[in-house]
Amino acid sequence: MEYHLQTPLKKEDIEKLNAGDIVYISGEILTARDEAHARILEMGEKKEELPFSLEGAVIYHCGPLMQQTENGWKVISAGPTTSGRMSKMTPSLLKAHGVRAIIGKGGMKGVTDALKSRCVYLAYTGGCAALAAELIKEVKTVHWLDLGMPEAVWVLRVEEFGPLIVGIDTKEKDIFAEVREKAQKQLEKHE
Amino acid sequence: MSTKISRESFIRSIADLLRKAEIELPDDVMNALRKAETTEENQVAKSQLQAILKNLEIAKKHGVPMCQDTGIMIFFVEIGSEFQPGFDLEAAIREAVVLATAEIPLRPNAVDPLTRKNSGNNTGVGIPDIHWKLIPGNQLKITAAPKGAGSENMSALRMFNPTETGSIKNFVLETIVNAGGMPCPPLTIGVGIGGSFDAAARLAKEALLEPLDAPMEGLEREIFEAVNSLGIGCMGLGGSTTALSVHMKTAHCHTASLPVAVNIQCWANRHASVVFGRDE
Repeated sequence: MEYHLQTPLKKEDIEKLNAGDIVYISGEILTARDEAHARILEMGEKKEELPFSLEGAVIYHCGPLMQQTENGWKVISAGPTTSGRMSKMTPSLLKAHGVRAIIGKGGMKGVTDALKSRCVYLAYTGGCAALAAELIKEVKTVHWLDLGMPEAVWVLRVEEFGPLIVGIDTKEKDIFAEVREKAQKQLEKHE
Repeated sequence: MSTKISRESFIRSIADLLRKAEIELPDDVMNALRKAETTEENQVAKSQLQAILKNLEIAKKHGVPMCQDTGIMIFFVEIGSEFQPGFDLEAAIREAVVLATAEIPLRPNAVDPLTRKNSGNNTGVGIPDIHWKLIPGNQLKITAAPKGAGSENMSALRMFNPTETGSIKNFVLETIVNAGGMPCPPLTIGVGIGGSFDAAARLAKEALLEPLDAPMEGLEREIFEAVNSLGIGCMGLGGSTTALSVHMKTAHCHTASLPVAVNIQCWANRHASVVFGRDE
């Protein structure tokens, strides 16, 4: 199935998605990778308020290459980064915030339980940075630039951002895990 | 016969060569990706291949790098014994890398391995990584092959016992299964067999430059078919397109050794060549 979703995402928007479905997202997405995840959790522990809302939010695992122009920030390149690095921090983040979708590449291990009934993992084609940059229509704002350009939280307006593949749905189905298991079995056949 | 080129025009040519390598893929790679898109039956995998082809189209149209990981700069240089550059070729290549980094622009990727300090211009100790080969004749051929980290990190080398030639295929398969979707398949797989510890790795890297449509023989074909039977598929999401090609390069080795290296290349099998001193 193919879905075209508009942010902010509601619970019912994502509950209908099944692993393997194709999704395109329009609206607002926020980039966050290693350092931003760490800071979100740190502020949570100190009961500090975030400068942005994660209610119904879409988090994009991406460290973009941006250029400052007279008219503000311009996206040069914004492909997905390996999501695996954010696996450990994601369950706590999802517990504290109503993030409804995570976009990245390569899948995540040990998060299906945290995602259950709450959030989906969407896989974006690795390396497709030129395509991604074209679908990002505007850099709305940036938070935490002190973390450096790739680690900052960029708020982006996107149109029909995709194709995104539902890698892990809200019903604990994980395509990446299934593919890994199947490959392992095939490998044993060759041994 | 002497072959003269100016240092300035050489640097310009090498910077342009890098631009070409970063923005468009060679015809054989494009053909293999297009073919995979038509033959792949898994709809998810097909959508990924379509995204890759669209991405390449946009990169070419706007003259921007196809991937945000613009790689570490690797050059293969074949220099004719009668070719006389009249200047320091290595220094000129370094200068071209600095120029290309600012011009294209490229992401600065070269860091000190321990302090992790970024040089900011894609050069550093041993970077660009230049492989020199002396050949007969009066020409100079330079191939630029910028290599991304996602696929390089999944590569592997093992020193086998000399009696274990039967284990080579499984070693490659294990490496590919461990890598899963992380090296951004569909992959080009280079296998280096023999030589020594370092020579095997170099052979594997050279094997990545083999044309993708070059016929695969014997063990190459056997490994290719086995890899694609694993079902890892494009981006690790399943399907029959895990590898676009498997090529091997061998060298004689010590009777007591069997080094085997597997170098993995993501779908963006970037490389471009230029020849100087070609007879007009």
